[in-house]
Amino acid sequence: MAKVPVDVEKVARCRALAADIARDVQSTIDAHTTIGVERTVARAYGVEGADAEGTPLANALVDKIHGAGKTGLGVGYFLGRALHAGASSVQEAAEQIAFGGDSVEVGANDDATSYRQALAKHTDAALVRIDRARTEREGLRSSLTVGAEPLKYVIVATGNIYDDATQAKAAAYAGSDIVAVIRATAQSLLDYVPEGPTTEGFGGTFATQENFKIIRSALDEISKKLGRYVQQTNYSSGLCMSEIAWMAAVERLDMLLNDAMYGILFRDINMERTFIDQYFSRRIIARSGIVINTGEDNYLTTADAVERAHTVLASQFINEAFADRAGLVPEQMGLGHAYEIDPWIEDSFLFEVAQAQLIRQIFDRHPIKWMPPTKFKTGDIFHSHVHDAMFNLAGVLTNQSIELLGMFSEAIHTPLLMDRYLSLKSARYIFGAARHLGDEFEWKPDGRVANRAKAIVDEALELLTDVQRDSIWTSIAAGVFADVKRTRTGGKGHAGVVRRDALYMNPILDVLEGRAKEAAR
Amino acid sequence: MSSDFLRAYGDREGDGMVQLSFTLAILPGDRAREAAKRFAEAHGLKNPLVVTMEQASLEHTYFVVYGRSVHGVDVSQIHVEELGAQSLTRDEIEQAGKKLGRKIVVVGACTGSDAHTVGIDAILNYKGFRGEKGLESYKAFDAHNLGAQVENVELAQRARALGADAILVSQIITQRDCHKENARALHDLLVQQGWRDRVLLLLGGPRIDNKLARSLGFDAGFGPGTVPLEVAAYILEEVIKREAVRQPVMR
Repeated sequence: MAKVPVDVEKVARCRALAADIARDVQSTIDAHTTIGVERTVARAYGVEGADAEGTPLANALVDKIHGAGKTGLGVGYFLGRALHAGASSVQEAAEQIAFGGDSVEVGANDDATSYRQALAKHTDAALVRIDRARTEREGLRSSLTVGAEPLKYVIVATGNIYDDATQAKAAAYAGSDIVAVIRATAQSLLDYVPEGPTTEGFGGTFATQENFKIIRSALDEISKKLGRYVQQTNYSSGLCMSEIAWMAAVERLDMLLNDAMYGILFRDINMERTFIDQYFSRRIIARSGIVINTGEDNYLTTADAVERAHTVLASQFINEAFADRAGLVPEQMGLGHAYEIDPWIEDSFLFEVAQAQLIRQIFDRHPIKWMPPTKFKTGDIFHSHVHDAMFNLAGVLTNQSIELLGMFSEAIHTPLLMDRYLSLKSARYIFGAARHLGDEFEWKPDGRVANRAKAIVDEALELLTDVQRDSIWTSIAAGVFADVKRTRTGGKGHAGVVRRDALYMNPILDVLEGRAKEAAR
Repeated sequence: MSSDFLRAYGDREGDGMVQLSFTLAILPGDRAREAAKRFAEAHGLKNPLVVTMEQASLEHTYFVVYGRSVHGVDVSQIHVEELGAQSLTRDEIEQAGKKLGRKIVVVGACTGSDAHTVGIDAILNYKGFRGEKGLESYKAFDAHNLGAQVENVELAQRARALGADAILVSQIITQRDCHKENARALHDLLVQQGWRDRVLLLLGGPRIDNKLARSLGFDAGFGPGTVPLEVAAYILEEVIKREAVRQPVMR
């Protein structure tokens, strides 16, 4: 592979600093829960359905507890108590608490140990559900062929899940390895997950458990027809980050957009809320074998891609450290970056290659996610197609793992069927035509590409040193990443962050963290 | 025929050459080729040539067709809502701003569910777009970028509190015309609150033009490729014009 020089000692220092940064946040994570985490726990225990207005039972249940100021005990505490008192199922327990007038006060005779025991078999069932989906996914995948890297990732975004299924199958036919259904704009700010199949959405289609099922079933169908496994991805981000992670885990999604800091920076979701939610979401993801895609590419859409390249690398180290703390293995960490340098800058292609190659080498076990140009795209679709071709060439040259393909209509509309077809055709051509290009030469040790790579590591190390010294809270408040400033208690969703009570009960998390043994199966 | 009558120009004057690409839910074959040809003819293309016919899914075929468009346009008959602003340089704007004796307050946001700040950032943020620095970088302006997903009510409230001379709304997402509804709703809200006439209302985005913006009750619209300087010049001229009207000769 056409390698760039990497100072392994500096990389090790970056990793150590990032680990320290994540450790500092972990103490906050471990001391708190959120209404999002508790809704996830409720869903994992089997709480399902919504009322006539569309309010999910998981929300009604947790809102009731939250309203009484008892979220710090965990939804598990109350479900366990209702089961212990004779509720016939978790669903019945949830309905009793949400609507049936069950008390959400803590009584003097409360017996947490019994409640935990009452939950035990449901805890097992929740984990079995995740494990079974994982086994099924792995079985199907191993019975079919999988595409060669860079994996060709495309998006569909019609707003109607049934049109999405048609588009997804067409994309698979045209050669895509991964299909993402883009979410409806602003779903990340909804503090609930809509219920059922949806046919209306702006900018994309709502992520719902039923919609996940519809796309997975369409992709299973076309995968079997083509003899090639096609992966499905969606968004575990926003205020329902961990609920969606759970839905994806049980509905057999393969990947999830999931970033430790994206919500904070780009959706103005509260910092504490995001860190706590990302942790629980990643605990579920670790168990399910899903591959995450982090969102560092977004930094370069708001900040300058030449000047701020090192912030991407620094953030990747941080995302890696947070993922590691949640139990993900490197093979699950699709760290993100992007081809967003102004294409008219001289040697812009060299700068792009330098960064892509550097990241490939530093994160050598990670399925690196490489994002296409968007910021400098215009309505000139023909030029845009050429721009994407250069991106594809850089991608295959530097052996990126997952490549979200550029669309020549990027600046115009969500991709039409033919836009995607032509994009896939171009990628197929370039990935094939330049397959072993990287094996054939070495970059000049002191050339432009090598020097650019060295400078990025130096700057990332410097930045991580500052962030470690100041803490991530202060650094984000100072606008270190993506030129966006956020405060610790600002942003959306902070009211849903609650300090854990001494009696906090979350047996699922206990198992996921390896602190509790599952009952023998 | 007047010389203002234009046809598409490809290789030679008046040849009408255009290309058209599309997919049809049919599999490739002679029938499909004929279908593509007739489809092109129905769009006014004479002697269409189907130059590409490829299967794009299990049920769709992708076509590229070249043909001679029989249509033309008479440009002398076109009346467009042109923006009044002259092209000013940055220095001219700063000087005029100095003369005005106060900073022009501009408040911008992506409204409704729109999360794409690329447009509003390009116009307002210091960094700007295509090497043109944004309104934040001008001494003549006091620019406030409220960011994305700002509700109309909130935008109106902030703009009023800041004493905005101009409100900039960016709308990138256009699915099912949500951009039009959002924009019109803001205009209606300001009318309802009784201060619509005291503020310049500007709309921008990839699917926006001046005509559309005017039809939605805005003062001006800016489409793709707009640089901050154009917006700055327009706002400055309008504000100066309005000040002149508001305080005729009273000194």
